[in-house]
Amino acid sequence: MLWACLRFPGLAFSAAFAATPEAGPSALLDHKARQRLIAATNAEASSLGVRRGQSLAAARALCPALEVRPRDPIAEERLLTELAAWCYQFSGHVSLVPPNALLMEVGASLRLFDGWPVLAERLRSGLVGQGHAHTLAATPFAAASWVFAASADGMVLPDHEGVRRMLRALPLAQSGLPVATVASLQAMGFRRLAEVIRLPRPELTRRIGREGVNWLDRVQGHASDVLPAWQPPASFRQKIEFDAELDGSQPLLFPLRRLTRSLANLLAARDGGVQRFTLVLEHARGETTHVVVAMAAPQRDAERLFELARTRLERTALPAPARSIELEAAELPVFRPPVRDLFEPVRGDGLDWPTLDERLRARLGDAALRQIALVADHRPEYASRYGKPTDTVSPPRQRRPLWLLRRPQPMRPEPAAVLAGPERIESGWWDGGDTRRDYYIVRTAQGQHAWAYLPPGTLDGWMLHGWFA
Amino acid sequence: MNAIASPTLAQVLDHPGIWRRSADRQPRVRALATGWTSLDAKLPGGGWPQGALSEILYEHDGLGELDLVMPALAALTQEHRRVIFVAPPYLPYAPALAAAGVDLRFLHEIHAGSTEAAWSMEQCLRSGCCGAVVGWLPDIDYRSLRRLQLAAESGDACAMLFRSAEHAAQNSPAALRLKVSNTDEATYVDVLKSRGLLTTTAPLLRMRA
Repeated sequence: MLWACLRFPGLAFSAAFAATPEAGPSALLDHKARQRLIAATNAEASSLGVRRGQSLAAARALCPALEVRPRDPIAEERLLTELAAWCYQFSGHVSLVPPNALLMEVGASLRLFDGWPVLAERLRSGLVGQGHAHTLAATPFAAASWVFAASADGMVLPDHEGVRRMLRALPLAQSGLPVATVASLQAMGFRRLAEVIRLPRPELTRRIGREGVNWLDRVQGHASDVLPAWQPPASFRQKIEFDAELDGSQPLLFPLRRLTRSLANLLAARDGGVQRFTLVLEHARGETTHVVVAMAAPQRDAERLFELARTRLERTALPAPARSIELEAAELPVFRPPVRDLFEPVRGDGLDWPTLDERLRARLGDAALRQIALVADHRPEYASRYGKPTDTVSPPRQRRPLWLLRRPQPMRPEPAAVLAGPERIESGWWDGGDTRRDYYIVRTAQGQHAWAYLPPGTLDGWMLHGWFA
Repeated sequence: MNAIASPTLAQVLDHPGIWRRSADRQPRVRALATGWTSLDAKLPGGGWPQGALSEILYEHDGLGELDLVMPALAALTQEHRRVIFVAPPYLPYAPALAAAGVDLRFLHEIHAGSTEAAWSMEQCLRSGCCGAVVGWLPDIDYRSLRRLQLAAESGDACAMLFRSAEHAAQNSPAALRLKVSNTDEATYVDVLKSRGLLTTTAPLLRMRA
């Protein structure tokens, strides 16, 4: 067993600032403290002297423009779950350690991912790409990994005795014991974990309680950890609420990107795709706008999902500024990656038809893309329609024009010569679309070949119906 | 002494940028057979240039301008390669298409306004999954034409653009420009521009004589 622990020190901050990116110095307020204390700051705020643990008044005095938001524990949990979903692609056993850490068993994944250095690199580059600051450590004991992720980023130690040796050298403050316990041990004169571990067990239990002893056992691998394995959910639903109303589609792109990335993470975890999802925008007075994004084949790529959602959103006229955006995907079907021919050279963007079809539909709308089907009907207007073609109908034996006018129109000037005809078309008595016409192939003075008809028995009143283009 | 060996004349002439007007060294143009024997014989590479833009300028509807491209399009669809019609001016009529040998399952139509049409045409060409993209873009400018030409090159697709003969005098980056015009007795296809072909005054093809 090799447990990797990922800690996300900036998780609370990212969760609170999910809807709109922070601009300028920003800070997070602790929701628990009776006194309002700064819990985290961004780089800009800390360069101005705003520190963790300061009171809000002090921080404001240092930096009047400070943007402050309260911590949002629900959003933090959701973000952690989302990260667990992403990590699930690397390990079958991912466990959440609230508020801001994940544990995953990677011993079984090492061979698949070509060893720890490669796996660690993939974890790190993936997380950096998503903008999550993190620390990482791996040891055979889950609790020890958690401890070292905080104090020794990047440490990997598969050897049991080595881990225990490292632990003994740790200062008490970094041991993972509760703050009160650490304080009392320090008051007794202990500085390092080794000194505490050496104490007789009954003595130690009396001083730091059963829980503390149990923790020391777990850290050293003498007692096993019970880590519930996270299971990916079967559907996706996530909502981001805004502090202020956002007008137009442009400001919605930032939260949209977050939502689609989060969806893509879940899809990666489930090894699934999504074929249809809905964006729900909430406006004032309880109005909502639904934007349905449907695809020809299941997709899972974060960028592509975002692009599709973005084009659909931009095409939608929003009746009012939005208060929140929600992404719902009820069904997450199995994803089948596109199969390519090994020997066929990739042309251009190397897209397959379903992907191109989707891209065009997203921008032009579903009605803009169509196919033409042949129908077994004698009436010219009904012999061709937009729809899915089948190969069971055979075309009429007589010559037909390549272009058909949307509706026949009087032909002016009259044709110069008749080339063929008449062909009597008389049909449709059964559905009220009764037609009785004599069709001719005619030539105009400009040399155009046209398909035109006369009512039977007459010699003028030419109606143009098509071009032999 | 000059240390650089001066290249021989043969080496200079081998440069791909140099074209020689001689029968034995025809430039290599990959092409899609047009299906019109006399046209194939005269066009460089023997047909519609592959991975390039061809313009067909026609005087009026119904001169047989579409007949000119139908055999090539039909052959593509029969090979299960996609053919896209972008913004056609009339309804493409299924009975005639089927009679021309088009497998309708591989023919798609895109209904779009002029800016969207140019965008869709470019996307289709660039995608690499379309055999030919045929567009009717009456008011396209030089920049967009250039974009289409580049997209066709990148996606190795055959781009065909139908425009009015009024644009014949305009400059165009297309690899091949044909003009379809009519006299009393027949329809003629003339070449206005062709990469790798000596401009001739004689018409390329006489149709509907």
